[in-house]
Amino acid sequence: MPDIPIYSIKGGVHPEFHKKESTALPIATSSLPERLVVPMRQHVGVAGLLMVKEGDYVYKGQPLTEQPKGLGSRVHAPTSGTVGAIDRFPVPHVSGYTCPSIIIEADGKDDWGEQHLTPIEDYQTTDNELLLQRINEAGIVGLGGAVFPSAVKISSSSRSEYHCNTLIINGAECEPYITCDDMLMREKADEIVAGMQIIIKMLKPEKCLIGIEDNKPEAIESMKKAVAAIQETARNGNFHNETNDTTVIKVIAVPTIYPSGDAKQLTKLLTGVEIPKQKRSYDMGSLCHNIATIHSVFTAVIKGEPLISRIVTVTGAGIQQPQNFHTLIGTSFKHLIDQAGGYTDKVERLIMGGPMMGYSMKTDEVPVVKATNCILALPKEDLPYSPDMAMPCIRCGKCMDVCPVDLLPQQLYWHAKAKEFDKIKGYNLDDCIECGCCSYVCPSKIPLVSYYRFAKSEIREENKKKKQIEVARQRFEFREFRKAREKEERDAKRAQHKAALQKKKAAAKKAGAGTDKGADDKQDAIKAALARAKKKKAEQKTAPRNTENLTPAQQAQVDEIDARQSQNATQNTDNKNSDPKEAS
Amino acid sequence: MQFETNTFPKTIDNSALSSLMRDVLFALVPGIAVMVWYFGWGIVTNLVLATVFALSLEAIMLVIRGRPVVAFLTDYSAVITAWLLALSIPAFAPWWLLLVGIFFAIVIAKHLYGGLGYNPFNPAMVGFAVLLVSFPVEMVNWFSPISNSMASVGLAESLQLVFAGGSADLNQSQNPVLWDAMTMATPLDTIKTGLTMDKSILDITQGEAQKTFGRIAGAGWEWVSLAYLVGGFWLMYRKVISWHIPITLLVVLTSISSIFWLYDPQTYNSPLFHLFAGGTMLGAFFIATDPISASTTPLGKIVFAACIAFFIYLIRVWGSGYPDGVAFSVLVMNMAVPLIDYYTRPQVFGANNE
Ligand code: SF4
Ligand code: SF4
Repeated sequence: MPDIPIYSIKGGVHPEFHKKESTALPIATSSLPERLVVPMRQHVGVAGLLMVKEGDYVYKGQPLTEQPKGLGSRVHAPTSGTVGAIDRFPVPHVSGYTCPSIIIEADGKDDWGEQHLTPIEDYQTTDNELLLQRINEAGIVGLGGAVFPSAVKISSSSRSEYHCNTLIINGAECEPYITCDDMLMREKADEIVAGMQIIIKMLKPEKCLIGIEDNKPEAIESMKKAVAAIQETARNGNFHNETNDTTVIKVIAVPTIYPSGDAKQLTKLLTGVEIPKQKRSYDMGSLCHNIATIHSVFTAVIKGEPLISRIVTVTGAGIQQPQNFHTLIGTSFKHLIDQAGGYTDKVERLIMGGPMMGYSMKTDEVPVVKATNCILALPKEDLPYSPDMAMPCIRCGKCMDVCPVDLLPQQLYWHAKAKEFDKIKGYNLDDCIECGCCSYVCPSKIPLVSYYRFAKSEIREENKKKKQIEVARQRFEFREFRKAREKEERDAKRAQHKAALQKKKAAAKKAGAGTDKGADDKQDAIKAALARAKKKKAEQKTAPRNTENLTPAQQAQVDEIDARQSQNATQNTDNKNSDPKEAS
Repeated sequence: MQFETNTFPKTIDNSALSSLMRDVLFALVPGIAVMVWYFGWGIVTNLVLATVFALSLEAIMLVIRGRPVVAFLTDYSAVITAWLLALSIPAFAPWWLLLVGIFFAIVIAKHLYGGLGYNPFNPAMVGFAVLLVSFPVEMVNWFSPISNSMASVGLAESLQLVFAGGSADLNQSQNPVLWDAMTMATPLDTIKTGLTMDKSILDITQGEAQKTFGRIAGAGWEWVSLAYLVGGFWLMYRKVISWHIPITLLVVLTSISSIFWLYDPQTYNSPLFHLFAGGTMLGAFFIATDPISASTTPLGKIVFAACIAFFIYLIRVWGSGYPDGVAFSVLVMNMAVPLIDYYTRPQVFGANNE
């Protein structure tokens, strides 16, 4: 097996990692809560249409929403019970954001009924389309935090003009405190490797690289063992497939540096390839999946279970007994925290995610969603930040030194603060992955990322508004044009009518006179033809577009398309910005 | 349970602004020590007075501008400005000279431009330039470091010098002979004056003057420079400053001066002289590296420093009237910073394989 070199990334920081706290105990299985709240949209893209109504009885694993047509995913009942209210409930998001959610009143039986999907044990001989469909219908999305629908990622990669030659399995888990992937690798390495085999089967990459930060020796060890085991089977010929034994699989310890776990950064570390700005990793022949995602692929394909649970790290000095929990989606934070012994007296702040990229929560009465990798409760001592601590930027450039995407955070900050949003684009704000390295090192303690988020949302709003104005303008022009044309048509008709009348009169006159010459008629016809030609010319002048002869139905269609386009555009920007981490 | 929320980072490095600034002050200590050795109390009085004036004016300005006084006073930025200015002007400078310099540095160059972080010009250099233009006589009265003449002046006498123009025997107007004997032009000055009289470098530095010139760049001065160099390296080691500005400045200055020196060593001084004379070291490691008024991108820093070196040489060799050019060079380049920064933005991740 050829040795695979490790490349380096730019910048990065070494915060205190605090991983030990939550790895002392094995993964526990959370008890079944009485009530679960399942937000309909827990992923990038749109939510599916509702498939249940209040009062319905649902089995565990039963789909609650349909698979949406476009980019999006579906959600399933995490346990059996009755559907309670379907309404907007708070979800883990900044500023108490709410989202349409389905409440499941658990009946305690945790009954699958007939809802298990058929296990596909023999995935090696199964059609890729079927596997893809399974991943799709199981509602699998990136569990590293980006929650991008996995099936879309895989199919884009297999359809991409570049063959996926490197499959990257992201076990870096670079954020401080979070250990859910670490523990999963320690305890379920064979299942992860099996899930990996499924993806390998689908994409036939030349290499499959499992990147794990070198501060997780146990995970590295256990993954290496699992990989060696399948390689052993393959060598013994018990492993009937033509592709897998040509794929080089390797577990690679990457240096511990934040943010090595960002998909693009890890790709750089493992392959040396910098994924270009506007491209996704599959354009460059690589694809990156998170450990937990791969595990859920295993569960969906081999066990036939949709994504209804995940591992959540509950940790921080604000928690009595930090631990990882195998948790049903929809379980409230509070329920989990109670199982971790509850809060300590000193607890001050609740965060979903890690301390670098996580979000502050207003309340613990929010459900675990697919993106919830960690619930972090911190006491005051661990929160060195207070808004009035910020000093002016002295342009020391420390932020620039650590920025992994080589931005100039100090200039971004300068312009964001001055609200000079057009200038900020020249400094590539779009490329900021909000990793927080810059805020972390800033000696003036400026909350830089907050400024960037603010600037990004302002710019998004501005673009939205611009687009709306543009659409409105086009509509207005079109309507004016239609009015004008209708009027013209009416006038023409009236003129025709008049002419006809006159003709009739003339005919009557002629008839009265008793003499009839065809010349008059002929001249009338010529005149009319001339008038028609003229009119046509005029019309062409005012409307070079070929939308002039639309029926009302066609017009409606055009309007609809316009509207859809503008909607899509805004949605796209939304998506782009909501998956900063693993969007590749 | 309810929690407070904010969007601030949940963890940060514990490097604070004040500790960065403190490191800069520490790094100045070796240079200060050597200067005290050669010039005596005069350096101490300069530093203390400048610090007191700077902190007072800073406090007043903060109050006027309604800013948190304690937070900003303890960031040490005013102290750095004070020290840099105090070390650039002659020892035993009269108190009013310091006050005027600090006033221009802190009030005009810093606060009227918006305070810490917003000043486009290096405050200490603004103060220095104003003094140099307005009080040229006072600004060249450096005491001779050769005989340690002033190192023997006691504290009481020093204070008298600074506040009352000196006791009877030390007063410039009352005892001009003694004064003249003790003060002397700096080596850079001497060279410049000599060259304008059509002497060759050898002539200027020979004989009696040899004492002034020491081994490479002026007795005493070369040691001061060496001490600054040590402090500067320590700052780089501590990662308070990056190598870009100081190293580029020194390399470019060496290159330019080498070219001319090789061409005609009798008219142009050696590169070593240029490195160790005057404010080169202080400028390279402590003044041009002031992050606020310097360029901030890596490439930008190189451009910025190279231009400063170029201007220093230009002013030293051909500039009329001013022996050294660090202050003016830095100020000129401060103006170009926004432009340099914009055009030297680094390539974004992934931008080079588009
Ligand atoms: S680290 Fe902070 S003070 Fe330094 S340049 Fe960046 S934003 Fe400014
Ligand atoms: S948050 Fe953005 S600007 Fe700051 S270090 Fe990360 S990528 Fe760079």
